[in-house]
Amino acid sequence: MSDSPQWFDEEAGPLVRPYALIRGRTRSSGDAFDLVATVRAIGEPTGELGPEQQLILRAARSPISVADLAVELDLPVGVVRVLLGDMRDHGLISVTSSSAGGARTNERILKEVINGLRAL
Amino acid sequence: MDSVLSEDPVALKILIAGGFGVGKTTLVGSISEIKPLRTEEVLSDRGIGVDDLDGVEAKTTTTVAMDFGRITIREGLVVYLFGTPGQERFWFMWDELSYGALGAVVIADTRRLTDCFPSVDYFEQRGTPFVVAVNCFDGAEQHSVDDVRIALDLDDDVPVMLCDVRRRTSAKEVMITLVEHSLRTLTSAN
Ligand SMILES: Nc1nc2c(ncn2[C@@H]2O[C@H](COP(=O)(O)OP(=O)(O)OP(=O)(O)O)[C@@H](O)[C@H]2O)c(=O)[nH]1
Ligand SMILES: [Mg+2]
Repeated sequence: MSDSPQWFDEEAGPLVRPYALIRGRTRSSGDAFDLVATVRAIGEPTGELGPEQQLILRAARSPISVADLAVELDLPVGVVRVLLGDMRDHGLISVTSSSAGGARTNERILKEVINGLRAL
Repeated sequence: MDSVLSEDPVALKILIAGGFGVGKTTLVGSISEIKPLRTEEVLSDRGIGVDDLDGVEAKTTTTVAMDFGRITIREGLVVYLFGTPGQERFWFMWDELSYGALGAVVIADTRRLTDCFPSVDYFEQRGTPFVVAVNCFDGAEQHSVDDVRIALDLDDDVPVMLCDVRRRTSAKEVMITLVEHSLRTLTSAN
């Protein structure tokens, strides 16, 4: 694996270790968020938000998946989930899951995917 | 829920599995814009080589990079690809990934066919629809699809195909075969 953990950002200076961001927690109400669940900003940013939460709010102005958010923030998924759990509890975002069970059971969508792949 | 939420994007998950160095990353990159997704996980000492962490406490976190790709079918319909390491110690990631997944591609290399046994076992037991894509490396002896099916002891309905994961058309064909298989699995279950 080529990627080594990057705790420093040349422009921003030292960054906190990801788990310091969430005060060492690895579990939260966000644990159940599916990687492809859709995140949407529904609240207004307040002064109390940390920089990562601000970034999440900005990125989620249009719907974005949990995995895409992790890529965009360059944070491990586990950390993003904890942040999202907090933000949802504070009414800042909504998280909705579409892949759990439902999608597999939808013939029309699968046919659309097959046609879409053919057209790639 | 209000009406806005009913227009939620549909997100489908497809897993790309297989042994070490079999072509997972190459496949994801052939058909989608690939990005590394970091998962930082607590590992027990079980899967960690003795040499690299001698004397360290039993639990540690490790960063695992997953291949992550996205294919936009249309606005509001996206297929996400996740390529995960095939070793057993990464199964905690698979459990989560395979939940609600549309299906999986197991990539096989005929020179090291046993490497994909754990993946095949895993998806059979989870009931996740999967296809076996035999990556034809240069210089590898060409085996017939039937040989592979027998060697892996696959059910008749599991598609097995030869592919070259470096080629986009080949990668596309693998994905289409998988979604068609998932669709058949779905319609025969109803
Ligand atoms: N000749 C040939 N080389 C291939 C083919 N597919 C992959 N490779 C090469 O094999 C190597 C491994 O491919 P990867 O896509 O990185 O395999 P992987 O499964 O992601 O590997 P890990 O993530 O390390 O387990 C790379 O150097 C590829 O360029 C193929 O079909 N033919
Ligand atoms: Mg790889």
